[in-house]
Amino acid sequence: MKFLFDSDTWQEIYGSIRKNKVRTGITIIGVLWGIFLLVVLLGAARGLENSFNKAFGNFATNSVFVWTQSTDTPFKGFQKGRRFRLNMKDIQVLKSEYADKIKLLAPRNQTMNLIIKDFKSGSFKVSGDFPVLDQIQKKKLIYGRFLNQNDITSSAKVTVISEDIYKQLFEKDEMPIGENIKINSINYKVIGVYEPSNTIDFDGDTAYIPFSTFKKVYNTANNIDWMMITANDGIDIEQMESDVLLTLKNLHKVHPEDDRAFGSVNLGKEIAKFTGFLTGMQFLTWFVGIATLIAGVFAIGNILLITVKERTKEIGIRRALGATPKSIRQQIILESVFLTTVAGMIGIILGATVLMIIDKFFGQGEDATLVNPTVNIPIILAAFTTLVVLGTLIGLIPAHMATVVKPIEALREE
Amino acid sequence: MIRIEKLHKSYPIGKDSLHVLKGIDLHIKEGEFVSIMGSSGSGKSTLLNIVGLLDIHDEGEYYLNGQLIKDLNEKKAAILRNKFLGFVFQSFNLISYKTALENVALPLYYKGMNRKERLKVALDYLDKVGLKDWASHLPNELSGGQKQRVAIARALVTNPKVVLADEPTGALDTTTTDSVMDLLKDINDEGMTVFVITHEEEVAEQTKRIVRLRDGVIISDTLTKAAKAQ
Repeated sequence: MKFLFDSDTWQEIYGSIRKNKVRTGITIIGVLWGIFLLVVLLGAARGLENSFNKAFGNFATNSVFVWTQSTDTPFKGFQKGRRFRLNMKDIQVLKSEYADKIKLLAPRNQTMNLIIKDFKSGSFKVSGDFPVLDQIQKKKLIYGRFLNQNDITSSAKVTVISEDIYKQLFEKDEMPIGENIKINSINYKVIGVYEPSNTIDFDGDTAYIPFSTFKKVYNTANNIDWMMITANDGIDIEQMESDVLLTLKNLHKVHPEDDRAFGSVNLGKEIAKFTGFLTGMQFLTWFVGIATLIAGVFAIGNILLITVKERTKEIGIRRALGATPKSIRQQIILESVFLTTVAGMIGIILGATVLMIIDKFFGQGEDATLVNPTVNIPIILAAFTTLVVLGTLIGLIPAHMATVVKPIEALREE
Repeated sequence: MIRIEKLHKSYPIGKDSLHVLKGIDLHIKEGEFVSIMGSSGSGKSTLLNIVGLLDIHDEGEYYLNGQLIKDLNEKKAAILRNKFLGFVFQSFNLISYKTALENVALPLYYKGMNRKERLKVALDYLDKVGLKDWASHLPNELSGGQKQRVAIARALVTNPKVVLADEPTGALDTTTTDSVMDLLKDINDEGMTVFVITHEEEVAEQTKRIVRLRDGVIISDTLTKAAKAQ
């Protein structure tokens, strides 16, 4: 190991590298490109993952949405193609039957309506909701508050509107709280304004009014359009989805195997798809990165092999002057290791720089596509170590080639 | 210094083998200045390679400095070369990206001498061949004669037992040939054993003993006028 710390060893390596600037440069670029790609791809994949996580962040991910469609199997005297609606009785049954599994249950009714404020108007979604919605789908309020239980009990004519509705209907800097707006010709008092969600949102620009008010105003009786269900932690959401659907089929006299009668979206499943996609992408990243890295290392081996051939005569001279095969071998391996190390370091630095630039252009702000694109230090160290080890191994080949040629044959080389 | 007895060497050429050296007996004492003469194909280069431990003989015995050379591996051969032998080649064989001084210092590097000391010794030898002022020049900035003098300095720097010169003047014109030969003579006068291979009569004349080879055997072994004059 002593030769590693010998300034002469490095002098020799420096000499031979300086002599072949172009080839050294090209060799370095080969490996540099590999580790650069690995770093950037891993960072970008991480950034994408982060932005997905952020997108789903303020949504309860173990949620199922259920609505009704029309049956496609005749059952209990009913013909197929029957339309039916969910109602509050279903909600009661589900709440009592799945008391230990369901965390939150939000029945919802929605419609489109013209909303008027003074001389301004616009058509928006109007949604009859319970306060529990705020727990399933967090609302960020700019002004005021969300609906509460009192609003429900008293069927108050109050509404929580989105920032866009506010901007369209109100003057700039006008205080909306306490103002009246007309929805479907009925006055509602604005009690809150919420910020549009920059993540997944199923409602868009909506005016939320109490569920009980909606029921009276739109005469929906006990019917509901759809429901959001959030399961307790640790509950298998897919299992619950099929259980709930079966219960509902039973309640509405729908054939148990009728897949068309109810529509449902399992958010957990959708997210699992994304996560699967991310995992696949990460695998691809690793695969591409490592393959490129190996290709780069082979390029180093290849170039060193050519160099050894080129330097056959020089090696012959050195051996005539008393260089042992070991010292020749050491020098070539060390050259390979040195080149891979330098290339690796430059590649990592460049990769990190590009990640910084990506972060600057795509990672800032609320709707960033790549949030905080980073690579873990241990991963970098592992990749770097692998690189150096591969560099050593690949260096063995030209090193061996350099010493199998007899000095006399090497000297004869012109 | 060098004792060779019944040395045989043949090279495989395809299925046949070419018998190059056919029983050479040669004894070179310390301080001799010997030239090996012969046309190409006479086996003189092969002989030098064997003496220089760059090649292995098939039969016979070879003693270098009293040591029987047998079953040498590359490492041992490298150490012996470094310790006992100095090479001068026809095409100089300087390393192109190293300065004259670094070229001269290279054998000392393989000997394990530290850089400072090595460069100091190398500079002394460069001075000896009259090229102290050219120490920092690269080989391509030197003339042929200068290059060969650097090569001679490199051969001498380890203070070897024998200097082996393979056509040292083959690539030089008459004037520089003379100056290189004068240098070799000076070295010999200081007691160094010098072993020159040449096909030039004038060069051989300047040594003290001429061994003529033809078809792998020694046909004559005579002292020159120069030696007789002494």
